[in-house]
Amino acid sequence: MPMLNLVQSVNETLRTEMRRNADVVLLGEDIGKDGGVFRATAGLLNEFGPERVMDTPIAEDGIIGTAIGMALYGLEPVVEIQFLDFIYPGFNQIVSELAKIRYRSGGGYPAHVVIRAPYGGGIKGALYHSQSTEAYFTHTPGLYVVTPSTPADTMGLLRTAIRGSDPVMFLEPKRVYRTSKEEVPADEDFTIPFGKARVVYEGTGVTLVSWGAMVHTCKAAAEMAAKENISVELIDMRTLMPFDLETVLGSVRKTGRVVIAHEATKVSGFGGEIAAQIAERAIDSLRAPIVRLGGFDTPFPYALENRYLPSPERVLRSIRKAASY
Amino acid sequence: MLQVITADGDFDPKLVPDLSDEDLLKIHRFMLTVRRLNEKGMSLQRQGRLGFFMESTGQEACQIGAAYALSAQDWALPSYRDPGMCLVRGVPLATLLDQLMANSADESKGRSLPTHWSFRKWNVVSLSSPIGSKLLHAVGIAYAAKYKRDKLVCFTSMGEGATSQGEFHAAMNFAGVYRAPVVFFCENNQYAISLPARRQTASESFAIKAEAYGFEGVQVDGNDVLAVYKAVRSAVDKARSGGGPTLIEAVTYRMGGHSSSDDPSVYRNDEEVEMWKRRDPIARFTAYLTRKGILTESAVQKQSEEIDAYISRTVKERETVKPPAPSTLFTDVYSEMPWNLQEEAEEFMAEEGRE
Repeated sequence: MPMLNLVQSVNETLRTEMRRNADVVLLGEDIGKDGGVFRATAGLLNEFGPERVMDTPIAEDGIIGTAIGMALYGLEPVVEIQFLDFIYPGFNQIVSELAKIRYRSGGGYPAHVVIRAPYGGGIKGALYHSQSTEAYFTHTPGLYVVTPSTPADTMGLLRTAIRGSDPVMFLEPKRVYRTSKEEVPADEDFTIPFGKARVVYEGTGVTLVSWGAMVHTCKAAAEMAAKENISVELIDMRTLMPFDLETVLGSVRKTGRVVIAHEATKVSGFGGEIAAQIAERAIDSLRAPIVRLGGFDTPFPYALENRYLPSPERVLRSIRKAASY
Repeated sequence: MLQVITADGDFDPKLVPDLSDEDLLKIHRFMLTVRRLNEKGMSLQRQGRLGFFMESTGQEACQIGAAYALSAQDWALPSYRDPGMCLVRGVPLATLLDQLMANSADESKGRSLPTHWSFRKWNVVSLSSPIGSKLLHAVGIAYAAKYKRDKLVCFTSMGEGATSQGEFHAAMNFAGVYRAPVVFFCENNQYAISLPARRQTASESFAIKAEAYGFEGVQVDGNDVLAVYKAVRSAVDKARSGGGPTLIEAVTYRMGGHSSSDDPSVYRNDEEVEMWKRRDPIARFTAYLTRKGILTESAVQKQSEEIDAYISRTVKERETVKPPAPSTLFTDVYSEMPWNLQEEAEEFMAEEGRE
């Protein structure tokens, strides 16, 4: 069982999948010699050559559109977008083409492209290296949206993405790329299915739902809550499309109280979808109003980044609010 | 600008491409078929028998000449104004009509707007409505074919309006950088809906744009089917032998409106339309074949009548095909239905069942 941090886990998964399948090719900016600005593709150019590890010109529409064409012809491209914040020149390719081509061709032309993109704040990156805009993609049928929080989950989910046949937005929580290592399975067929949440902590008092780097903030908050005798059940969604409603509802039926916490701006954030689903299906189980905590509804700031990002203390206040209602 | 046949059917024997009489007559018949199909399409739309139609009258030489230069293994990403390319690739008229009628026999299950082709068996790739986005797919397909050591070329067409999109720039740039075996075919039909070509760019031509990307740009008379064939054939041969991409600008004219919802009289005058009528691609090719002694005006007349009857018969036959089943609303979004979609589908089908 090797010990890897999250970005090493990405690297290792790409390497093993490329060894396994010659149709897996990578495209992105600075992913070759440089190994990517976060080094997620370090060493892959040397092992697989420039035909499979393509350093591209700076054009996200070019990268994603070309990858779609490659997939139409039967390759399995894995795209790296340097920062999720830079993806918008390619947004038309994702929304109008990648997400719809299987449907609009009656299944004749599926395009299996995996788009990896580091996202989220906490690296002093200001407006354009920090955003969590997963909800743009969950609002587009045809895409899977994956948001792992740990090295092992990253490996299992990325492998599922690459071996699958649907387009995937694979959003990597860059703040925790290197914060900790954990043992990841050595089994090169280790996968985690989409749509299965992970219960991080079992608890009985308050259900706390989160994903991505926020899971780590929520862990800290849950530990603080425990000291106040509030038992928190922490759920890491792992994938937002499809999302594991069953696990969330099961927990809410047990606790009757729920906090949904994410880094993304609150209004129209994916937390709203989860809240609505709970309200539609388990309102009778609720003993307190649903509490949502998100990033403020502003652009992402630079100097005040740490005040902007929901802190463990703010999550704790939300937990108390739900617990004491 | 490359021209083989002049407007009155005169020609330079040194420029005539190597095509048999049989090929020439086939090309002519394809051109006639597209012309008649366009007329029928507009008429069916006006009668409410087609929801929507996009006419391509005037651009028959572009469609047929270009597609005729491709081989069966090549891939094509035609635009919505290229039904003729589909026919040349081998798509049966009935299959084309199924797409236009969005019926249950349509490969796309009636999901796309009429003229938004997708014919897997004939390597005709599905297209969307946003302009210019498919150009990148052509680059990716060409790259992938090269990667797999398949000796094929990817051909894609666009209107001149597409050249203003960022994705055109990205596609041209990527094609140049990776020397992808791709042929970009720009049908400069003088209008992007209402905007005239001279206001689409300040460049002296559309073909010249290729220079900035490090490959060849060629301008041809788009109403001269032999010139179009010759230019595309030479670009295809070059791409197949590893010579990289080409941009071809075919100068032509959109005789009709942008679509069945458009009224071109709002933005252009009759004199201009009349001038282009005198450059008609079919009349010109007919004059050439007549001069060559392999076709007569009366034979053309007879063929047109046959084609009309054939189209009408096929339309009537396809109109009996049922619309897509309601359950097809939910399929092909993903390879397998996620639970939320499954739930919606089950609820909807249960309601359908009760009604």
